[in-house]
Amino acid sequence: MTNIGSYEERVKNFSWKIAEEELEYSRSEIKNIGWYCSDRICEMGKSEKTALIWEGFDGTEKRFTFNDVRLASNTIGKYLLDIGVKREDRVCLFMDKIPELYFSFLGGLKIGAIVQPLFSAFGDESLHVRLENAETKAIITQRKHVSKVRRILEQSPYLEHIIIVDYDGKHPLRDKETAFSLEDSEPVDEIDIFPAVPESPSVLHYTSGTTGQPKGVKHVHYSLISQYLTTKWVLDLKDDDIYWCTADPGWVTGTSYGIIGPWSLGITQCVLDKGFSAENWYRFIEKNRVTVWYSAPTAIRSLMKAGEDIVRKFGLSSLRHLASVGEPLNAEAVIWSEKVYGLPFLDTYWQTETGSMMISNYPGMEIRPGSMGKPFPGIVGTVIDAKTYEPIQEPGTIGLIAFRPGWPAMMRGYWNNEETYKSKFKNGWYIPGDRARLDQDGYFWFVGRDDDVINTGGHLVSPFEVESALLEAEQVAESAVVSKPDDINMEVVKAFVTLKPGFEPNPDTELKIMNYIRKKLSPLAMPQEIEFVKSLPKTRSGKIMRRLLHAQEWGEEIGDTSTLEDED
Amino acid sequence: MSEEMKDIVLNYVIDEYLEDEDEEITYDTPLISGGIVDSFSMVSLKRFLENKYNISIPDEQATPEAFDTVEKITTLVKGFLK
Repeated sequence: MTNIGSYEERVKNFSWKIAEEELEYSRSEIKNIGWYCSDRICEMGKSEKTALIWEGFDGTEKRFTFNDVRLASNTIGKYLLDIGVKREDRVCLFMDKIPELYFSFLGGLKIGAIVQPLFSAFGDESLHVRLENAETKAIITQRKHVSKVRRILEQSPYLEHIIIVDYDGKHPLRDKETAFSLEDSEPVDEIDIFPAVPESPSVLHYTSGTTGQPKGVKHVHYSLISQYLTTKWVLDLKDDDIYWCTADPGWVTGTSYGIIGPWSLGITQCVLDKGFSAENWYRFIEKNRVTVWYSAPTAIRSLMKAGEDIVRKFGLSSLRHLASVGEPLNAEAVIWSEKVYGLPFLDTYWQTETGSMMISNYPGMEIRPGSMGKPFPGIVGTVIDAKTYEPIQEPGTIGLIAFRPGWPAMMRGYWNNEETYKSKFKNGWYIPGDRARLDQDGYFWFVGRDDDVINTGGHLVSPFEVESALLEAEQVAESAVVSKPDDINMEVVKAFVTLKPGFEPNPDTELKIMNYIRKKLSPLAMPQEIEFVKSLPKTRSGKIMRRLLHAQEWGEEIGDTSTLEDED
Repeated sequence: MSEEMKDIVLNYVIDEYLEDEDEEITYDTPLISGGIVDSFSMVSLKRFLENKYNISIPDEQATPEAFDTVEKITTLVKGFLK
């Protein structure tokens, strides 16, 4: 029996009160996610249940009970209070997937801070703009990443505390740096948990858009309601499951479904802090007897590339439910997983702004490989016309995905960017920026982005951000950045570049530019290919016509070129 | 040649990818599975090897496993040298 039971019945009888009642939300004086994910589970008699099985890159394994999670998050919370972090101060988490990352997330929430998780592979510039935009007060990081923080410190006047969780004393601490060791700290049994109300701010995740700087997506503690119920019904988690979400908490999947969802349900979850390889992943599933696995199409396609022979070397019979998120899951991957693992990966669709799953394939529902599935019960979703913003009645017609606002995990705004936030709503619909079509039975089928944002390996990259960074490279005169197709990552970043006088368009120049972007922004943003051109296509007013280059890469019709600048 | 190549690759990895100044790596340190070089950055490491040794490594052979240590990388590169 699945948790959701009949999808149709759930849709018919749905209310978010189902989650509120299961969580005893109205009776609880505390509406704090940090409390729900640790203290409440302990109060339910599961304090000695394993909450986290963690494995590091060197094979080290650590296990933590829910009581350990409670104590660790209390301890970090108290430390933050002691150094002066106050309610709604932004606390950045800039760590690999180490246990302290998970505990700091809950600890920050427990004291009423706004937690700002950032992907630890971000380069200097990416880190700086996000800290600057959020006016971040404290950052919790590791020795290996502190050099990036040091390089931007002078330009980050709001940053008062740099907390290093694995300081080894080899070098003196520098300005604003403090050492914090969870292992050496006295566990804090009780802490005054911030009495969050449903609308108290909780998490600030950054996401990239077509233009402008990255946007800080504001969430509130009430997001728990959606995250709890979608985890229960879509991921179908049950008390004896061993769950593995492969996402990094630097991104929203890693917090919504790598922390909040499973732990609010009191589920044991695994974390592998190790780079990808098929062998490592299968070994990890076998060793921990993983039952529910939530991953991404890029990883699934990489596993497909690794072949079927390697699958047979491992015992994967514990798996009972697989789901995917981040980019459209192609039909081949669904069919392949059913053949190889005996289970299809079920696609889920949502984004940083929605905070929780919006459209999904559900356990027990008929799966149509390649389809995104149907809206979660309680979510009113459709496809609307891009000009009139009215729902499209004709099945198969492509339009914009749209949702009626109002679900609990919906973002409450962009940080200091009300104008962009408002622009996301048209005719009473929230528009995520993706195109799709609906079939006659109400299944959604993904078509593509409605803007120039590049979705590479499930992560959004702004072409504008990469172009701006390229212009700061000493070799580059002009640049245009588009996506190009990629078998594994769906699409990757490609840059068209004109060079300044004195620089040669050769492989060494290309490599220097690639590495420059990798360090400045992130490996995700690094162009996987750079094409040197003599000039870029522009309109007569001088604007670079990115869409021509995009069409060229994707073999599409170039379309209207009447505004193209005449060539000399 | 072999030792020289290993040192060239090792030093490149240290200069370009290693963030922790105290971290010491050897020819056998896991680079990809150890989180020192991620799958996106692997493209730049592959490009470096191709430029340096004037070779072309097919994408299907540029796997995380083949790039996981300096030792494995040099074995792969040597297979393409005439």
